[in-house]
Amino acid sequence: MMSGAAMVVRALKDSGVTHVFGYPGGAVLDIYDALYAQDDVKHVLVRHEQAAAHMADGYARSTGKTGTVLVTSGPGATNTITGIATAYMDSIPMVVLSGQVPSMHIGEDAFQETDMVGCSRPIVKHSFLVKRAIDIPKAIAKAYYIANTGRPGPVVVDLPKDLVNVLESHPYEYPSDVTMRSYNPTLKGHSKQIRKTVDTLVNAKRPVLYVGGGAITSEASELITELAEKLNAPVTSTLMGIGAFSSVHEQFVGMLGMHGTLEANKTMHNADCIFALGARFDDRVTNNVEKFCPHATIIHVDIDPASISKTVAVHIPVVGSVDKVVEQVLSQLNKKDLTEQKQKLADWWSQINSWRDRKCLSYEKSADVIKPQQVIEALYKHTNGDAYVSSDVGQHQMFAALYYPFAKPRRWINSGGLGTMGFGLPAAMGVQMANPDAVSVVVTGDGSIQMNIQELSTCLQYNLPVKIISLNNRALGMVRQWQDMIYKGRHSHSYMDSMPDFVKLAEAYGHVGIKVNHPSELDDAMAKCFALKDRLVFMDIAIDQNEHVYPMQIKYGAMDEMRLSKTERT
Amino acid sequence: MRRIISVLMENEPGSLSRIVGVFSQRGYNVDSLCVAPTTDSSLSRLTIVTHGDDKVIEQITKQVNKLIDVLKVTDLTDGTHVERELMLIKVAAKTDLVRSEVNRTVDIFRAQIVDTDAKNYTIQVTGTSDKLDAFAQAMWAQTEVIESSRTGVCGLARGEKSLRV
Ligand SMILES: Cc1ncc(C[n+]2csc(CCOP(=O)(O)OP(=O)(O)O)c2C)c(N)n1
Ligand SMILES: [Mg+2]
Repeated sequence: MMSGAAMVVRALKDSGVTHVFGYPGGAVLDIYDALYAQDDVKHVLVRHEQAAAHMADGYARSTGKTGTVLVTSGPGATNTITGIATAYMDSIPMVVLSGQVPSMHIGEDAFQETDMVGCSRPIVKHSFLVKRAIDIPKAIAKAYYIANTGRPGPVVVDLPKDLVNVLESHPYEYPSDVTMRSYNPTLKGHSKQIRKTVDTLVNAKRPVLYVGGGAITSEASELITELAEKLNAPVTSTLMGIGAFSSVHEQFVGMLGMHGTLEANKTMHNADCIFALGARFDDRVTNNVEKFCPHATIIHVDIDPASISKTVAVHIPVVGSVDKVVEQVLSQLNKKDLTEQKQKLADWWSQINSWRDRKCLSYEKSADVIKPQQVIEALYKHTNGDAYVSSDVGQHQMFAALYYPFAKPRRWINSGGLGTMGFGLPAAMGVQMANPDAVSVVVTGDGSIQMNIQELSTCLQYNLPVKIISLNNRALGMVRQWQDMIYKGRHSHSYMDSMPDFVKLAEAYGHVGIKVNHPSELDDAMAKCFALKDRLVFMDIAIDQNEHVYPMQIKYGAMDEMRLSKTERT
Repeated sequence: MRRIISVLMENEPGSLSRIVGVFSQRGYNVDSLCVAPTTDSSLSRLTIVTHGDDKVIEQITKQVNKLIDVLKVTDLTDGTHVERELMLIKVAAKTDLVRSEVNRTVDIFRAQIVDTDAKNYTIQVTGTSDKLDAFAQAMWAQTEVIESSRTGVCGLARGEKSLRV
């Protein structure tokens, strides 16, 4: 027998939870009291509930484990909404426990009452409003099961205050089985579809593997590498799939889409067979769907049937998890003679190499001003390409994605689907919590960093030595770039007039700040930053304000119609 | 094209709002909605009439199926099926002439007068939505329609096909 509050904490422990990111308030005081009495579940006190959700998210993305958030009712709960939506768009497993006013006051507009189940409904995989204390363990167990099976996603568990009253006791029973008759994700691909897939792949003359976030979720990296090498096929990756296939592998042609490489988009556009693995043909990839990859037979593997043929009609749908399906494909491919494959794709590769020769990522360095690309290259060098790199949203995000080759999955942590500014710092903190000995970096911008800067305080409290690489262009750079290109350079509210002194700000929070103004200082400053292993370092790097991210797809065009610089087009 | 989507789901609080949410979030049309527990009270059966092209309908069935509470989804209009809707309609029936005319129409449509007072008839009519439309039109032609209420369509596939756990 135990109180509802104790049941919450116990059920978290029984669900394998080690970290909870949260912020207390009236409706969850009983749960906080239960947390106080134990050491099994570590609570991390944030400074804003949005950041709690992003931290749990970074924790989840870097480990594959479910992130956990605990907040009070009303404003505590609504502050998590952006974080939940971010996780939802990128299919990240997360459980959000929100306090609720006592059951008897629900619907009375009681103090700090918000219909959290209703508010979050469009951005959760599922939600529970718990009605009886004895149902707490089951709701929590189910929440973790749903969050991290099938296509993962956030789950909200709303807990009315009367249920968690520390003065009442109830029998605790953690369910041994949480399977549901209404929820059975399909993992293995249909054998007929697998056969068609294998035939198409073997017969393709210009195949490409198009790898997305689902490949990371399903831990399919090794299998995909084996498949790519067997087929001798080029591999491209979405923003979310970066790292699923090593970016330093010779068959990797880079990220595709709006800011993808020329070779990736050309390879896709000219392919005769596209094997999509856990990617969702999102509008930032396809450009104009009417002109999308006209020559290709498209095979689409996705665990979520609703993702298949949602934007682009595919020829061979395969519902299943990427790892299982690739395994099935490999076991059939192994029976085929693929010795000719190298020779068969020789023409295809020479064409791809001619696109590569255009060196779409080359940029001009300057003696006076630091280029953003150069910062990312220096970051790569000083972290041996092995850091966890979280990112905010803007130009810096694209530079990081393009100029830091990730060799491993779960190292590139960014808000792809929702594009949430303010995600980076808390995400990097969640990464650091989950991987205390790893190097956790956030690449951010002067705009984004100010959206959750208060978390510098949390970093001090928990000794999180996150490295903040802020590409300071004194502008909302990505907005400015669009204004340059589309609005004749009218920079409507895209610049920042009153930038704080970030070095002093970092110092005020008890951290180290380094200002970098000149290209000649960059290398030493980076070295100093990464030598300070136990400290949070805020690198405020003044970069060229006028740099644009290229390549960039031309609106309404096919996916390979791109601007390569301010003056060149494909 | 008009479609009838039939859904079997857990009879739990919040299930219905999730389904309705899918329609509003994703901009799908709901022409009518009919929902009630089945003979197994742990389950609810929901019938939605909607319209859209094949791609939209495919997305609707997939997105609804994706909801955790949903067990099965089928598009009844894919095959032969039986569909019915019920309407209660209150019409002015003040004179003998109107009363006899309305009575005749009620007979033709196999409807039923279920309530009456000095001034009104309340009539129950069941059938396809088209039939209900036609009946309402006939009433307008003969007298004044005071109010009406329709259940929305419910339906079952013909023959062997069924939605069950
Ligand atoms: C919360 C939020 N608000 C607005 C936007 C729109 N937006 C996208 S990029 C961007 C500018 C980001 O500026 P900064 O962080 O300085 O990065 P930069 O592009 O300069 O590298 C804005 C405002 C967004 N993505 N997220
Ligand atoms: Mg900026």
